[in-house]
Amino acid sequence: MDKFENSVRITGIGQSHIGRRLGRSPVGLAVDACLAAMEDAGLDRSEIDGLSSHPGPLTLDGYSGAGIADVERVLRVKPRWFNSGHEFSGQSGALVQAMMAVASGLARHVIVFRCTWESTAQQREAASRSEGSGSSAIAGEFQWSIPFGAFSAANWIGLYANLHMKRYGTTREQLGAIAINARANAAHNPSAIYRDPITMDDYLSARMISTPFGLYDCDVPCDGAVAFIVSAAETARDMRRPAVRVEAVGTRLVEPWTWDNGALDQLVLARGAAQSLWERTDLKPADVDVAELYDGFTFNCLSWLELLGFCPIGEGGRFVEGGRRIALDGELPLNTHGGQLSGGRLQGYTFLHEACVQLRGEGGGRQVSNAQVAVVSTGGGAPGGAILLARD
Amino acid sequence: MTKPYPAITPETEFFWTSGKEGKLCFQRCTACESFVHPPQPRCPACLAETLEIIAVSGRATVATYTVNMHQWHPDFPAPYTIAIVEIDDAPGVRLTTRIVNCDPAEVTFGMPVSAVFEQQGPAYLPLFEPVHS
Repeated sequence: MDKFENSVRITGIGQSHIGRRLGRSPVGLAVDACLAAMEDAGLDRSEIDGLSSHPGPLTLDGYSGAGIADVERVLRVKPRWFNSGHEFSGQSGALVQAMMAVASGLARHVIVFRCTWESTAQQREAASRSEGSGSSAIAGEFQWSIPFGAFSAANWIGLYANLHMKRYGTTREQLGAIAINARANAAHNPSAIYRDPITMDDYLSARMISTPFGLYDCDVPCDGAVAFIVSAAETARDMRRPAVRVEAVGTRLVEPWTWDNGALDQLVLARGAAQSLWERTDLKPADVDVAELYDGFTFNCLSWLELLGFCPIGEGGRFVEGGRRIALDGELPLNTHGGQLSGGRLQGYTFLHEACVQLRGEGGGRQVSNAQVAVVSTGGGAPGGAILLARD
Repeated sequence: MTKPYPAITPETEFFWTSGKEGKLCFQRCTACESFVHPPQPRCPACLAETLEIIAVSGRATVATYTVNMHQWHPDFPAPYTIAIVEIDDAPGVRLTTRIVNCDPAEVTFGMPVSAVFEQQGPAYLPLFEPVHS
């Protein structure tokens, strides 16, 4: 297939310090990640001609730590092309935008970054809340949930997980296998936030947040940033590190853009991305060596396994049960860096980073042997995106 | 700190304020009779612009639910039950809401419920309670 994915490569990856309540300038974290990715690729800023980011300018709730303007005021790359936003197919949609800009010839080396500072921001917000402030009028899509007491994605996605359990017999122990696997992998990832193993007893006895989710079903707010360099394919052989090839992107949106009008027993707004991914490649799920699937909650990950076709709809619980199949030496190693459950909520970008690490063979103690093809998913709920990456 | 409430716009005012008279209202397309929610400028099914606002019975069915155990807000003591309900006489319309006047342990999939309204800021939120037969 003649497709735009063929004309781009990921030639650099970088991360800032990732942690809880770092108290650092979020723009500083974003710039750290950008510089790390440039260093990794062996490019200086005079060679960068594009910037792309999710979700846009810095926000006080910490969801965004830096937008294009924030970073460009520091880096001064004078981009020929730039964009940011959140109406993308997954948080990774900013990466797809960059690929299209490079494939079209508008830019040659684009930095894609994502920064969050939710951990520090939540600490500050808690302080200001106790002083009696706080906003009350909710506009946009969340007016349909938050005023009713559905404050958190734990509520919105808990609704789907409960119905999945009812319809298919999925159990908490099966969801727990995803959390325990993530923690086991995080032990081999120095930049993960929580690295001590957890047992099924730990998982089951943790306090409940919103049924069926307990504390260990939920990912960890953090501070940090991740960046990539997307380059024109013909430049890749001159770069410092092995390039990563893009096999296919999945970007379709098929359901009404709300949280309560999908199948209800799956992550909403993810099915289209999962299906359209396989329409752009001859590869099949059986060709995937490693899966880095969004785990804002354990159930997100289980739903992505089903939607991407690694098992039939409804079989995700049995697929992950016991954890053998998804372990580092299993049939489908899953979230090899610890996911967001143990590594911190970088809004999908650590999954992309880890896929590149694995395909470059740089995973150290968590390296999957002979990893040639990796699938990545981001989001779901907020629209999902899927990307299939391969060793060049 | 007050409870959060929807930012009412001219397009959504009918939905958020009809509860003052105890009514649950939705848009319905006069051309194809599809119900439309959240409110839209045209019918997503047939693209007609002629949308009327009609009151429904308020009866609904619990499609799924979650018992929230974490206190996110000082005025929302846990536990409480959040649900997605399907409106019985407005096919295709769902609401994310809270189930009230019912112990969380008693809520079930498919449970018949009925709308009751609670004022929050300028809005009257449709909450749902079990139908007592």
